[in-house]
Amino acid sequence: MNRNVLMWVAVVVVSAIGGALIQGMMEPKSTPAPNAQKSDAPKSAAAPAAPAAPGASTSATLEAVKARGNLSCGVNTGLAGFGIADSQGKWTGFDVDICRAVAAAVLGDAEKVKFTPLTTQQRFTALQSKEIDILSRNTTWTLARDTSLGLNFAAITFYDGQGFMVKKASNVTNAKSLNGATVCVQPGTTTELNLADYFRSNNMKFQPVVIESLQELTGAFVAGRCDAMTTDVSGLVSIRATQAQPNDYLVLPETISKEPLGPVVRHGDDQWFDIVKWTVFAMIEAEEKGVTSANVDQMKSSDDPAIKRLLGVTAGNGEALGLKEDWAYSIIKHVGNYGESYDRNITKQLGLGRRINALWLEGGLIYGPPVR
Amino acid sequence: MTLKALWHGLFGTWYNAFLSLAVIWLLAVWLPPMFHWAILDAKIAPDPAACRASFGACWGFITEKHRLILFGAYPFDQHWRPLIASMLFVVLLATSCNPRFWHTSLALGWMLGLTVIFVLMHGGALGLSVVESAMWGGLPLTLILAVFGLALAFPIAVLLALGRRSHLPIIRALCVTFIELVRGVPLISLLFMASVMVPLFLPEGITVAKLVRAEIGLIIFAAAYSAESVRGGLQALNRGQEEAADALGLSYFHKTWYIVLPQALRIAIPSITNNFISTFKDTSLVVIIGMFDLLGALKAGLNDAQWRSFYAEGYLFVAAIYFVFTFSMSKYSQYLERDIARTAPKPS
Repeated sequence: MNRNVLMWVAVVVVSAIGGALIQGMMEPKSTPAPNAQKSDAPKSAAAPAAPAAPGASTSATLEAVKARGNLSCGVNTGLAGFGIADSQGKWTGFDVDICRAVAAAVLGDAEKVKFTPLTTQQRFTALQSKEIDILSRNTTWTLARDTSLGLNFAAITFYDGQGFMVKKASNVTNAKSLNGATVCVQPGTTTELNLADYFRSNNMKFQPVVIESLQELTGAFVAGRCDAMTTDVSGLVSIRATQAQPNDYLVLPETISKEPLGPVVRHGDDQWFDIVKWTVFAMIEAEEKGVTSANVDQMKSSDDPAIKRLLGVTAGNGEALGLKEDWAYSIIKHVGNYGESYDRNITKQLGLGRRINALWLEGGLIYGPPVR
Repeated sequence: MTLKALWHGLFGTWYNAFLSLAVIWLLAVWLPPMFHWAILDAKIAPDPAACRASFGACWGFITEKHRLILFGAYPFDQHWRPLIASMLFVVLLATSCNPRFWHTSLALGWMLGLTVIFVLMHGGALGLSVVESAMWGGLPLTLILAVFGLALAFPIAVLLALGRRSHLPIIRALCVTFIELVRGVPLISLLFMASVMVPLFLPEGITVAKLVRAEIGLIIFAAAYSAESVRGGLQALNRGQEEAADALGLSYFHKTWYIVLPQALRIAIPSITNNFISTFKDTSLVVIIGMFDLLGALKAGLNDAQWRSFYAEGYLFVAAIYFVFTFSMSKYSQYLERDIARTAPKPS
């Protein structure tokens, strides 16, 4: 008798957990609750469907993010400087900061991001199937990805490229003198193809040593199994920095491929595309104007009209994007400008300076259209 | 064993003597440097620069990253929750191993335990903040994948094995097709299907958490493999047992439940254990769909530029954890074979 009662209690408990579990796991995506916009309206003074903001009420992604209360962001499973869980399991990195910046612009809180670590194979499907709102995972902008995959690259946040590293003792100082060298390379990526292209177009010969894992590849290079190793320059610099004797190695000056990296969104949601694009441009503009997370509050009283527009002191930009007027203030306050994020992540973590990723004012390629 | 017997065992014949000397020589060559590396020259402080300067093992990597490895990207200040959840899992598993506790109350204990584990991990009740399953990681994730995977796969496996031997052609065909199809593809491709294909086919507005999708892939795979082990047990059973049951006029259900399965499963214990152990280790394959199980979290830790070169220490640490679990499983199955198999079946 007693045992039967226990069994029934057990059955009820289990069905309750099952129900809760299923409800918890099946979450609505992209279809906002009908009252979501209403409940948001009083908070964002400029957001309601004013005729001046044509896209304001049509962005399914924006509405879904607001209804859910967090931004779902696809990041690397672990790439130092760009997207990596630190020793405390907290996501950090340059790509991760882009996600935080978008969350700050849209929700006013840079911490309201749900990070989904993705492998190379999963990343585009996750975006297409609406599992994530934005993909910020060191993804190279190419024609095929931009068109046939149904994606839009919002902006270029980092100019990477493939390079070579050699041992200083070899006395090789440029890639042209690598003829006949053995080169350590990872298989299956564009890296391998670029390598072959470069040597063929320069009428040089090489012997590839193909190793899948970057750690073992580095080990083979250090042990002297190959004369040079090749991967993206950002990777080479960080590998060099973590060797016992960094000065024994040299990253050659040539960059043999273009790898422009940036955040990606889906086709068909232009307003969302605009929001991500201008989030990046606002970070660049802030660096140009010297607005940092530390001085952003003082800068609000600046006389510079460009800063006034950027920080929403002069209204208009926020309304045009369908966001609050302090969207860019929120980005800079919580995440910082482009340069701050770069220094914090890429310079500190990888030991890689600005090089071609310096502002255009300083001879680099980082250039944002005017925020007005 | 006496000393004399030991001596005889090691050096009794010329070839035994040769082998023993060879092994002793190998150990003498290998152990001292290993001892130096792992203990004498080892660095425990989490300082990568000091580690790179030394020749010894860098256990500082573990000191620095152990919380990431054990709990993945779970919010740092909430780590006590996965810690208690993991301990609960171990307590539940250990309790279930002892036949003395095999009562209905054990099932109740499991239900209660799993509820507590779910509430701890997911939160959203009792003032605990919500932590979505996408952020779960490390040891609790491995345990969840393995325990739920095995617990749900086993009944399915038994049904599949019985179905494959059924006299009803449709049921038999279905079971054979399922088993052969699933066994025909690698687990990695199943996991990819679950993580990449399934979301594209789901109706607009519905997402199923990656954890659940991966778990279903694991269950399907483990069920198909264990089904063949169970079928081995069924076939090894003397036909006389079934005929006797038929002669007594038992129904199919009674015959299967009281006569066939208790004996068949006992025969199948070694190969089922084999499946369980390999499924436990297979859970580490979820790393390819971007989940931070024990191994995935270690890899995330190794991607830190500062610590990249200390993978040997990291893999040893994780291997030790896997070993504790799989070795206990295999020891337990030996115990089951020795002690439970001797006693008569006691249907309850």
